[in-house]
Amino acid sequence: MSERVEVAKTYKLFIGGAFPRSESGRTHPVRDRRDRLVAHVAWASRKDLRDAVRAARAAQAAWAGRTAYNRAQIVYRIAEVLEGRRDQFEAELRVGGMTSRAARANLDAAIDGSVYWAGFADKLEQLAGGVNPVAGPFLNVSQTIPLGVCGLACPDDGGVSGMLGLVCPALAAGNAVVAVAGGRSALVSSTLGEVLATSDVPAGVANVLTGDHAALLGWLVDHADVDMVDLTGAPADSRADLEARTAENLTRWAATGGAEHLGTIMEFRDVRTVWHPARIL
Amino acid sequence: MGTLTRSGDELAGGALAGTLRVGGVDAVALEARAARLAGRSIKRESKDAGLELAVRCIDLTTLEGADTPGKVRAMCMRALRPDPEDASVPPVAAVCVYPSMVTHAAAHLDGTGVRVASVAGAFPSGQADLDQRLEEIRGAVADGADEIDIVINRGALLSGRLDIVHDEVAAAKRACGDAHLKTILETGELGSYDAIRLASMVAMAAGSDVIKTSTGKLPVAATPPTALCMAEAIRDYHRHTGRVVGLKLAGGIRTSKQALGYLAIVAETLGVHWLHPERLRFGASTLLNDVVLQMRFRRTGRYPRPGDLPVD
Repeated sequence: MSERVEVAKTYKLFIGGAFPRSESGRTHPVRDRRDRLVAHVAWASRKDLRDAVRAARAAQAAWAGRTAYNRAQIVYRIAEVLEGRRDQFEAELRVGGMTSRAARANLDAAIDGSVYWAGFADKLEQLAGGVNPVAGPFLNVSQTIPLGVCGLACPDDGGVSGMLGLVCPALAAGNAVVAVAGGRSALVSSTLGEVLATSDVPAGVANVLTGDHAALLGWLVDHADVDMVDLTGAPADSRADLEARTAENLTRWAATGGAEHLGTIMEFRDVRTVWHPARIL
Repeated sequence: MGTLTRSGDELAGGALAGTLRVGGVDAVALEARAARLAGRSIKRESKDAGLELAVRCIDLTTLEGADTPGKVRAMCMRALRPDPEDASVPPVAAVCVYPSMVTHAAAHLDGTGVRVASVAGAFPSGQADLDQRLEEIRGAVADGADEIDIVINRGALLSGRLDIVHDEVAAAKRACGDAHLKTILETGELGSYDAIRLASMVAMAAGSDVIKTSTGKLPVAATPPTALCMAEAIRDYHRHTGRVVGLKLAGGIRTSKQALGYLAIVAETLGVHWLHPERLRFGASTLLNDVVLQMRFRRTGRYPRPGDLPVD
């Protein structure tokens, strides 16, 4: 019998619950530390970005309409699925240039972070909303609501935790996301789509594009149907320009870095306040 | 005027001077050609012209049980000014409504150049007495409809009674008076391209001003091969009789990309003279917003927000 030929994976995008190749047909070669070719990763075009935003918009309302408890379960499930695929991710992170120790630390942070953000989903209201003291005969209530579609510029050297550190809080907050990552994170980002697809995240709620920040982020911040962008992973030389362009269509921007505190997830949430006459009874 | 008869491949009688060869359709070649034409890449300037033309060819349609005069009024406003932010986007060709809404639409569109189209004749099934159907047509015309969309008798066509199909369409044409008659073949129910071509020929021979793919009430509606099949029938009929018949594509056309594909099919099959609202229409409701969004993108270079446009 002839020797078995290994079946290599095609690293594709994750849009609307499916794994398409880039519409442009472009791929990007990923090489390991010894400069050996490891894989070709699909390289997203602006058309892919537009498709992803459309998928996210279509899915967002139903996702926000789920109970916070259910969203927490699903974000927690991301951690569970990730835990089961540690070896694969560790290998891919090492291809991206990380040492074994750094790769394991990155995965620990990603998995523990997912659990951390899952816990926030049903606690935002208590932490950031509530009844406000006002000087008048009014009941003044603040409620937090999701922003809608969030575009996430994930750091190219952030590995798994770099992407999930932005995706998980945005999802827990009830948004649909379009996450962009490239560079050394391209391999794991592409594989993360498979994790999201098998974690009960509804189709379209999380979309992952592997590609070049410089080519994609301009289209992302200019897109009028994107409600917020997290520019954590934006290239330093284009950051000021991107920030300025968000003003054109009143898109919010932040650069949370995925830091684990209430402030991060509140960047993905809006606060609405209503005044109500106090004596209605 | 006698009725239409068929012997073998040839139709005779009715308004036909001689005989009209119908012929069969090569389904595989038709689908391949339609796919090639609809998938062709279009240069930027042509795309701009195509989007503008698509708007001018739209029959903005609402055919819902829940239609109200208010909704028709809102739609008429959209028809006249598709993009609230940009007056250079032209008005659509017509507004298409149920007969009960014709007076409301006419009140808003009178003198604007945008026509009032009405479905009639027991739309969408066509299952009513001929007298009743003709009465509905006369009523809609009297209310101010400039164009009437009727369905053919599919049952009669599929059981080979071309004479019935022909006579009913011819009677509808007479009932229309000066109004244009658009005859819906409901291609999704005809089963084969041969039947679509035959139905096209019968509808044209009976005096239809426009032949139309579908009611939009079936899951299978306009498709590129159907459009190509009907366009070829129109071309052959024009060569044979010299009479110009229009084409209306309706049902399932939601995106600019689809519309541009259909424009390519029509241009390649019937020539540029058919790229005009007098001869080509898109029956649609969601298509208009998508085209407007594409035009906004071409103007601003930014992807627009669909939620910014009014929905019907």
